[in-house]
Amino acid sequence: MDQPPEARHLKLNGHVGFDSLPDQLVNRSVSQGFCFNILCLGETGIGKSTLMDTLFNTHFDSTPSKHDLPGVKLKSNTYELKESNVRLKLTNVDTVGFGDQINKEDTFKPIVDYINSQFEAYLQEELKIKRSLHSYHDTRIHACLYFIAPTGHSLKALDLVTMKKLDSKVNIIPIIAKADTITKSELQKFKAKLMSELMSNGVQIYQFPTDDETVAELNSSMNAHLPFAVVGSTDEVKVGNKMVKARQYPWGTVQVENENHCDFVKLREMLIRTNMQDMVEQTHSRHYELFRRCRLEQMGFTDSESRSLKETYELKRSEHVATLQKKEEEMRQMFVVRVKEKESELKESEKELHAKFDSLKKQHADEKKKLEEKKKAMDDEYNLFQKRKAATIASQQAAQQAAQAATLSGKGKKK
Amino acid sequence: MLSKREAFFKNEPPTAKFDPTTRDKLDHKMDKEKENGHPETSGKAPKELDGYVGFANLPNQVYRKSVKRGFEFTLMVVGQSGLGKSTLINTLFLTDLYSADYPGPSYRIKKTVQVETTQVLLKEGGVQLRLTVVDTPGFGDAVDNSNCWQPVTDYIDSKYEEYLNAESRVNRKTMPDNRVHCCLYFITPSGHGLKPLDVEFMKRLHDKVNIIPMIAKADTMTPDECREFKKTILNEIAQHKIKIYEFPECDDEEENKLQKKLKDRVPFAVVGSNTLVSVGGKTVRARQYPWGIVEVENLEHNDFLALRNMLVRTHLHDLKDVTNNVHYENYRYNKLASVATKGKEKAVGSKELNLETAEDEDSGEKYYSVFFSLHKYGI
Repeated sequence: MDQPPEARHLKLNGHVGFDSLPDQLVNRSVSQGFCFNILCLGETGIGKSTLMDTLFNTHFDSTPSKHDLPGVKLKSNTYELKESNVRLKLTNVDTVGFGDQINKEDTFKPIVDYINSQFEAYLQEELKIKRSLHSYHDTRIHACLYFIAPTGHSLKALDLVTMKKLDSKVNIIPIIAKADTITKSELQKFKAKLMSELMSNGVQIYQFPTDDETVAELNSSMNAHLPFAVVGSTDEVKVGNKMVKARQYPWGTVQVENENHCDFVKLREMLIRTNMQDMVEQTHSRHYELFRRCRLEQMGFTDSESRSLKETYELKRSEHVATLQKKEEEMRQMFVVRVKEKESELKESEKELHAKFDSLKKQHADEKKKLEEKKKAMDDEYNLFQKRKAATIASQQAAQQAAQAATLSGKGKKK
Repeated sequence: MLSKREAFFKNEPPTAKFDPTTRDKLDHKMDKEKENGHPETSGKAPKELDGYVGFANLPNQVYRKSVKRGFEFTLMVVGQSGLGKSTLINTLFLTDLYSADYPGPSYRIKKTVQVETTQVLLKEGGVQLRLTVVDTPGFGDAVDNSNCWQPVTDYIDSKYEEYLNAESRVNRKTMPDNRVHCCLYFITPSGHGLKPLDVEFMKRLHDKVNIIPMIAKADTMTPDECREFKKTILNEIAQHKIKIYEFPECDDEEENKLQKKLKDRVPFAVVGSNTLVSVGGKTVRARQYPWGIVEVENLEHNDFLALRNMLVRTHLHDLKDVTNNVHYENYRYNKLASVATKGKEKAVGSKELNLETAEDEDSGEKYYSVFFSLHKYGI
């Protein structure tokens, strides 16, 4: 097989029809359905659930949580949304208990673990021998909305630490929550401060892509407005002659979709209407690839020009099998040794028992002999005693008789 | 210009789905939606939305990105020399892929069957397509054609291997997709049925690549002969259990009916032509005979339009998908499974090297049973 020569540019003499390729691709994506996973990260009560409801014009089931949770927990809910003929499987991952603990050192860990486990699940599926990637439900987090508290001063230490840990794993979009507590001038200063802090700490937040001419202008102008200051509300208030989503205060009404009041419209435009697909692709091509690279290197795979995957795999596998076999042999050996030990121990004790038994028996025999001797001696004595007794009685009787005879004879003499 | 493209450039919400046969329909549908305003929906899906959110724009985002990326496609043409393969490719893509400077396969026959590629960049309506045409000069032309399909299978497998290696690297960059997406197989119009070579080739390649069988030089048969021939071919294909590429069903009812009419013409009996002839005032591609003119783009004369519509205008991307999801996965499965079964007796899948999952359960069990039998050892 020879190498193909340089690709030639050819002119078409008519309408072939492959300009429908993008349409074919779009049709396939629409029929497959889309998938998007958002992670909402922020303190308890900062308005995460409300913002989600406002963004997607619906009510996601969520119960407001209290501040007394011992650690950060992640709750994920998947919803099927549909708009015109487009189906979207939206997964909303909520963090509960973020920033509530006294010691917040380990706050970021459950979050990082969750993101890693989603990557891991995808990697496992990709590495399977029999895999079905095209029908796999992608659970990797595509966007992380980081809610910054509207203090007006700067980022909190927890925010910096968490964002630093997450910026290489997920597209971070920082937003200023509850923006109706900040005035316009304060907001400008706050935004500038936040961006400079993020830059000086080397936190890479998600930048809207500017390489596609159709959206480059829009995206670059939006990039200048980061972080977006948003207000969320699902309550409707009558303003003028329309019902709009707003928050009503005694001093006025904050309209969510009014660009003068907050950046909600910008956020929705950027997040959903313009760059959703780009975020999915960035997650796959940048964050996931980084994860995969680290993970494979951790497992011991390297890219060496001399060996293909198959050979590397075979090598690894034979190594693995060899170590397993060795382990098995070792275990077997140890097992045998221990069995032998135990056996000899048992034999020893058996011998001991026998010996003891023998000695006991002997002892027993000895004692029995002694006893018999003693018994015999006693019997002899007894017999002797009996004889003596008989003799004594006999002599006593004889003596009595003699005495009687003597008295009788004495009496006879006296007469 | 297609109105869909206009909509895309204006960055508006999407409209009706693409209709390959009639472009005008699209215009009317677009206008209707414009009148109704933004589509407000409460979908049939579980969640109801109280207003326009905007993710209905997602298809447009996908469209935009795909146009920017450009497309690539690899087409393989196989058949004996002189069947009109080069002419058909030129006709299909309305360009001089094969010309005097770049001769077709029939002019390049060597002693053994070769597999050669040509790459061209085509651009139409803002969409860039990198087309690679793979041809096999010498196929079926020798006296002894045993194993003449071997270079073809080797080529296809090597492209899969390349892709598998690129996909399995630790440092992955964008992988160019050089896998063969479609194979057009040219059948000699004998009128009697498939030749043994045809059957053999298709049997060996039907699970590696999408095969679309075509009857070449269809202007040698009358419509009745053509119908009979097609029936015979389809019977023989079914008889030998050959899996040719099946054009998928469409979601839209109307489109489905239209496509069914074209689908029923498989295998496509085609005529190609490089020359323009003036017929009834129009200049069309045709072959001029003393007894008449065979028009290439006339559905009553041959199936070229059906082939072009189904292949290029409707299912080009589906061919790529099937190659990626079915044929490539099969190849990968066979490749990796064959490695996994070496030394299977002592194999145990660990948590880290989770490259073998399906086979693990069995071998894992085997391992444990062996271990427990060790209890009897030495007692």
